[in-house]
Amino acid sequence: MLSWTEFLAAKGSSILSATGEHLLLSLGAVLMGTLIAVPLGILLARHQRAASVVLGISSTIQTIPSLAFFGFILPFLGIGIVPAMTVLFLYSILPILRNTYTGIREVNPAYLEAGIGMGMNRRQLLTWIQFPLAFPVIMSGIRVSTVYIISWATLSALIGAGGLGDPILAGIHTYDAKLIMAGALPAALLALLASWSLGFVERAVTPRGLRQR
Amino acid sequence: MDRVLALSWQHISLSIMGVALAAAGGIPLGILLTRYRWLAKLVMAATEVIQTIPSLAMLALLMMLFGLGDTTLVVSLFLYSLLPIVRNTYTGLLGVDPGLLEAGKGMGMTRSQLIWRVQVPIALPVILAGMRVALVTAIGIATIGVLIGAGGLGTLIWRGIQTRNNTMVLMGAVPAALLAILTDAGLALLEQVLVPRGLKKKAVSAL
Repeated sequence: MLSWTEFLAAKGSSILSATGEHLLLSLGAVLMGTLIAVPLGILLARHQRAASVVLGISSTIQTIPSLAFFGFILPFLGIGIVPAMTVLFLYSILPILRNTYTGIREVNPAYLEAGIGMGMNRRQLLTWIQFPLAFPVIMSGIRVSTVYIISWATLSALIGAGGLGDPILAGIHTYDAKLIMAGALPAALLALLASWSLGFVERAVTPRGLRQR
Repeated sequence: MDRVLALSWQHISLSIMGVALAAAGGIPLGILLTRYRWLAKLVMAATEVIQTIPSLAMLALLMMLFGLGDTTLVVSLFLYSLLPIVRNTYTGLLGVDPGLLEAGKGMGMTRSQLIWRVQVPIALPVILAGMRVALVTAIGIATIGVLIGAGGLGTLIWRGIQTRNNTMVLMGAVPAALLAILTDAGLALLEQVLVPRGLKKKAVSAL
């Protein structure tokens, strides 16, 4: 059995690159998810009827077990980075979409009235009132999404997309505790760090007038 | 086909076992926390940290303690289910209109009568919503259980992936997805049924 120092000397760099892959995979998926979900959420806030349909569909997608989802995609996209990214991207949409939608919908109508009274047009209402007020809620959607995706990205190793799932899987197969730890601990830490740092951003972007406590 | 049914059954029983254990621990814990608010923050933070740990990482770490097999899976499902159940019990109980508690006190109810005859029935849909989230999540995580030697539908998916057998993958993936979607819909329906008649008008939002 190798000692931890020997282990890190031998595997350290590959763990580091797996962490990098993991981060790239998750952040890429969440970024794409955000780029799609935020504008879509804003749009849906204006179209109630479409909203319930779209939110319904995306919450059904969210319900599908992650390994099953990877399974569905497999016959179409095969294995590797592309199918993994696709699945992670689809999963990242719902929390962001839902939070953008509710965030925008729940802006106090009195503020909108005030804006309209000041002669703002629809675009100005959105950029100066609705979006800033909804931003903390949207950020919290992005945070939830990021944590999920970092977790699910460990599974993308199952379809050959790399990331921290690789050492974990290899460790499970060879019953090697160090290898498991070397994948599991950075993965857990990444998720926790993402949750904390985005939680911090969430509080920082709350407009001063709305901060309670 | 028999095999798919047997694995589906195994899948759902493992998931229910994990969630039931979490409910047995989490609901009393949630009730207790409404009395000791300072503890609530601590417990919530702890369960939240547990929730954040990636499932494959959790399964692998627990495997070193509990070995290969179903036990490890059930323990990790238990841990993941704690947060939604404890949180919903806690917020559900605290969300009960204080006026109703006053009314109960005025009728001479004791503290435990207040909990069991006023707070819990009113909070029940919220508590159930927590269990629904927990069970759907558990069904999802249970598919990964195959990697640490547990049974369930993940077996077919994983073996199919390894042997590039798409039919086998789908034979596991389709029932697993259906199981999750149907559980979600079924329990959502139950939540609506369980809203006490006097409260039916107000929509109960899942947390």
